[in-house]
Amino acid sequence: MNTSEESKVEARRRVQFAFTDEQEQFRSAIRRFLSDRSPTTEVRRLMATDEGYDPAVWRQMSEELALPGIHVPEQYGGAGFGIVELCIVTEELGRALLCAPYFSTAVLAANAILSAATDAQKSALLPAIANGTRVATLAVTESDGNWDPAGIKVVATPDSDGYCLDGVKSFVVDGHVADLLIVAARAPKTTGLAGLALFTIDANAAGVERRLLESMDPTRKIARIDFRGAHAQVLGSLDNGAEPILRTLDRAAIALANEMVGGAQTLLDSAVSYAKLRVQFGRAIGSFQAIKHKLADMLLDVELAKSAAYYAAQASAVDDPEWPAFASLAKAAASETYLHTAAECIQIHGGIGFTWDNDTHLWFKRAKSSEVFLGQPSYHRELLMQRWGV
Amino acid sequence: MSNVSEAEVRAEVREWLAANWDPEMSLLEWRSKLADSGWGMPQWPKEWYGRGLPHALARVVEEEFANVGAVRAASSGVRLLAAATLLEHGSEEQKKKFLRRILTGEDTWCQFFSEPGSGSDLAGATTRADLKGDFWIVNGQKVWTTSAHHADHGLLLARTDWDAPKHEGLSYFVINLKQPGVDVQPLKQMNGHASFNQVFFTDAKVPKENLVGRVGEGWKVAITTLAHERRGVEAMSALPRSGSPKGRIYLEERAETQKANQPYTWYPQRAGRVDLIIDRAKETGANKDPYVRQEIARLMTLAKCAEWTARRARAAQQQGRPQGPEGSLGKLAASHVARGCARVHTLITGTDAMLTGRESPREGIIAEILVSVPAVSIAGGTDEIQRNIIAERVLDLPKEPRFDTGPFRNVRKN
Repeated sequence: MNTSEESKVEARRRVQFAFTDEQEQFRSAIRRFLSDRSPTTEVRRLMATDEGYDPAVWRQMSEELALPGIHVPEQYGGAGFGIVELCIVTEELGRALLCAPYFSTAVLAANAILSAATDAQKSALLPAIANGTRVATLAVTESDGNWDPAGIKVVATPDSDGYCLDGVKSFVVDGHVADLLIVAARAPKTTGLAGLALFTIDANAAGVERRLLESMDPTRKIARIDFRGAHAQVLGSLDNGAEPILRTLDRAAIALANEMVGGAQTLLDSAVSYAKLRVQFGRAIGSFQAIKHKLADMLLDVELAKSAAYYAAQASAVDDPEWPAFASLAKAAASETYLHTAAECIQIHGGIGFTWDNDTHLWFKRAKSSEVFLGQPSYHRELLMQRWGV
Repeated sequence: MSNVSEAEVRAEVREWLAANWDPEMSLLEWRSKLADSGWGMPQWPKEWYGRGLPHALARVVEEEFANVGAVRAASSGVRLLAAATLLEHGSEEQKKKFLRRILTGEDTWCQFFSEPGSGSDLAGATTRADLKGDFWIVNGQKVWTTSAHHADHGLLLARTDWDAPKHEGLSYFVINLKQPGVDVQPLKQMNGHASFNQVFFTDAKVPKENLVGRVGEGWKVAITTLAHERRGVEAMSALPRSGSPKGRIYLEERAETQKANQPYTWYPQRAGRVDLIIDRAKETGANKDPYVRQEIARLMTLAKCAEWTARRARAAQQQGRPQGPEGSLGKLAASHVARGCARVHTLITGTDAMLTGRESPREGIIAEILVSVPAVSIAGGTDEIQRNIIAERVLDLPKEPRFDTGPFRNVRKN
């Protein structure tokens, strides 16, 4: 390898602070698709259904744009890109508030399989996920809503040719429509992070009972799943321990942070255009410093959170040793920014912003569900301190 | 000019340095050589002590200077802002008279823009200049002037027409400070330092030929100075020199730097010293308090986000992309970081935050942070002005209605 090739490789291993032209084009393609296929009328139609998504749109985004497997290596049927491209997708989905089982299938399940599975399992499971024919999800949290895997209580007891799952999972995103469940469970008589592993199970298997929960954010469906002696296979090896679960959750936190900054940008854009349009006291309300300063602060907030979300994705892509810490940092930053931007967007809209007919509440509710999904900001700030050794 | 290659420039500057550089020269002797050869300011025009090189090649010259450890042309204070303004708007006479002594370091400059009555609203200046015979007679007060106590010349923005609208009644002058009508007083700040001056003009005289640009176009000239000031803030940092700095010239240079930096030892504290937060939390045991841990994490998150946002702005610039909103946000973000630091340093320090000087933690550094941070959200454009700029230029929101139009004489003032 000559020097210039070496320096190119070196550059690729360093965190990048700008997207490449190809990445920008990819983003534009997704944005065009979503403005066509996911206008808010569609979001409103789908959020009122139990299923929560349009299988035709899901098929199209899988077949035409290859989105569910964007980060899955080509040998397993994916597009062979990485977490940066995955996060471009989630940012755009968050912006448009697309109703589809993307986070569950591509972010949670695919990453769990990529982190934990054997080669044979990857070959068996990933192609159907990448081409969108199989919806999958990851079940970690239980009824207590604890995102720390150390608190998992579902038990996997070895049986003749696999494991038998007992216990309850909750807050399982798209758990009601998934075909494949990946379940974090522990070996009998273990505690903490010891004895944890991931298991795969057909969502329609005997002993699996799923119930759609009434979710405050109707664009993100969540389910409770009861396992009563359900027969499952271990994903990868029991020796993997908690590591694949932790890293899957960290990658999910990064993808969610990017989804959140996408949504926050929509809210900011909406607030800015309303402030230019709305007239009170004979002037556009955007000419009042009380409003323009608020909007400037919102812009600052959104850009700061974007920097965290983008940096965390880049750090993970180059395997910077600090990337799990940055995942927590990005999750905390984006959560607060998204909710704050949503609240301020309603405030700038005034009375109309509090109505059902105005679209702001759709993003407000996504901001609220995202704030606590995968752990609240305070939980992630504590994780950040621990990961930094403070 | 532009058809000169990097290799040619490199060879030429190397040869010149080999023949001329000698660390046993005096600073003035060496910098005179720099001015005469054009190697001190290679990006300046050939006819004015430069070599007319594009910025990328000027960087090459800088690298070659660093390689042999050669001292550069004088650059401290506002001298380069003065030079840039004169190069753009000055007369031939003015360029001849002032530029060379700026580069050699013989003259020191200061900037008379802010006034007690016009801070954010610089164009509202009320220091007046009235033409009497061959002299403009200056009366008024300027404030927040850096280096005025040892400066030779000042860049002065003064009102010459009270019936013109605000921005059209200003003119721009070079004023000599070594005269009886100029009284320079230190301005003591709330943190005890006196880094700036206030300057009183009582019938101070400016010869007619020291008007820069035309009468009534002072605001336009001032915009040039301010633009260079902003660009200077973003400018490339000086390259580290190789070799051991031994020789008479380095001693003289060090003395010069010390004199220039002495009033600003508190500047790092002003920014909040986020670098000390985690060490302080560990050394005090505050890292065991769950509330303090949350606040530290919150602050460090903000600081990282601000740092990465600046990096994004720079990366976009380097790729030649149109600058996104991230480029206008740095100052406001820095303000938030500084305030956050003051709050968290207090949380960590506890009751010891009542102390100052050597009684207080880290030899007074912590106390100095707490009383210096309020400067950040004011100096160089208040947070409120930053928000106006962001809202109007980035978000394209409508301006506030104005009350300062028409003849300046009738505009409400302090």
